[in-house]
Amino acid sequence: MIEVKGLSKSFGAFKAVDNVSFTVPHGQILGFLGPNGAGKSTTMKMLTGFIEPSDGTALVGGHDIRQNPLEVKRAIGYLPENAPSYQEMTVREFLFFIAEIRGLKDRRSAAEKMKKVCFLDEVWHKPIETLSKGYRQRVGFAQALIHDPSILILDEPTDGLDPNQKYEVRQLIKSMGKNKTIILCTHILEEVQAICERVIIIAHGKLVEDATPKELLKRGPLDEVFRSITLASA
Amino acid sequence: MTQLYPLFKREFLGYFRSPVAYVFTVIFLVAAFGCTFFIGDLYNSNQASLTTFFEFLPWLYLVLIPAVGMKLWAEERHSGTIELLLTLPVNMFEAVFAKFFAGWLFICIGLFLTFPLPATIAYLGEPDWGVVFTGYLGAFLMAGSFLGISCLASALTKNQVVAFVFGLLISFVLVLVGWGIFTDILAAVFPAQLVDAIANIGFMPHFTPIMNGVIDTRDLSYFLGVMGITVLLTIEVLHSKKAV
Repeated sequence: MIEVKGLSKSFGAFKAVDNVSFTVPHGQILGFLGPNGAGKSTTMKMLTGFIEPSDGTALVGGHDIRQNPLEVKRAIGYLPENAPSYQEMTVREFLFFIAEIRGLKDRRSAAEKMKKVCFLDEVWHKPIETLSKGYRQRVGFAQALIHDPSILILDEPTDGLDPNQKYEVRQLIKSMGKNKTIILCTHILEEVQAICERVIIIAHGKLVEDATPKELLKRGPLDEVFRSITLASA
Repeated sequence: MTQLYPLFKREFLGYFRSPVAYVFTVIFLVAAFGCTFFIGDLYNSNQASLTTFFEFLPWLYLVLIPAVGMKLWAEERHSGTIELLLTLPVNMFEAVFAKFFAGWLFICIGLFLTFPLPATIAYLGEPDWGVVFTGYLGAFLMAGSFLGISCLASALTKNQVVAFVFGLLISFVLVLVGWGIFTDILAAVFPAQLVDAIANIGFMPHFTPIMNGVIDTRDLSYFLGVMGITVLLTIEVLHSKKAV
């Protein structure tokens, strides 16, 4: 469960995120939508404890992101934008490293499981820098899932993937949705339609819409609805 | 503190995953032996001591240690892995310390590989092992101070080249102000007390006594202090600049 309460972030005079509040119950996949630069990633960075909010706070898995950032970090799995990873390590080394940092007892079985779930067999012993974008994204996924977190925050998880890979990743997210809380940050509308139960739209740092994909579809084609909502708030 | 070890291990082994480690070690050893035997003319000095080697050491450190430290944070920020690292259940202190220690141990390995130098003087004469030991102790401590400065320089920028130049510049100032030739020039103009005070900021006035076998807690605390301050400043800088 995630409860966001009046979260704001300013960089100088610029308000990147402006008083955003919403709640994601357990077992829900929330699509977090918005144009580029709307404040999506900044919100994710605050929820995962990477940057501190200027104002407001959030409870992630019952832990306050301001008072207890380490507990929040333990509870979540986070795939940052562009899936950063240590390029010179092999996939196996990297996942073992993450497992060790996460304090997992049985690192081998956790890593082996990720190898299966994220289809990493072929590249297991290759340095990450030699992998294609699709594989790097999957390594990022594996890294976020290795400790079986109850809360998953994914920042543009299908970015740079081909249609087949996108399909696989979406199936994966959907299958995990039942027993996890998932925030899926994206600007791809078809993705939201395919897997999300609920949509939040943010524009210019403000929350401008909170609905189900079905409700939005009633108002017309998704991209037009998206355009009218995000442009109207300008 | 359970995360310290995996962070340290990854960082330390990271040096050996790229050619940088081997290039660094070879250059360091060639320069160290070259300075000692050719420029310092060890054979003709008729002394079974490593003073010539240790006297060149700050100048070697000056170029080589910023090269070891430049990647520590600049690379994390450039590649975006800092976001991964700092959203893992790791506190900033552990992350900074682990990286610092990994770099320090790496440099210490380079220092250990200069063992043919003490072996040579032991073969040629009868060195005072106490002085050799304290010389190495001073060398380890001074390496840590140089690295602390480079670590801080690395946290200030995303660009490794800028980090290198920055680290080199700060270190250069600290070498220069304590260097005999420079303090002599200052002494011609300024009163002696002021010159001493300025010189004491530098590395040399604290390294030279240790090198000569005199261990003073003030000199030890100087080096530990430089390390401590730079590590704390690194943490501060990262807190304010990590997301930029």
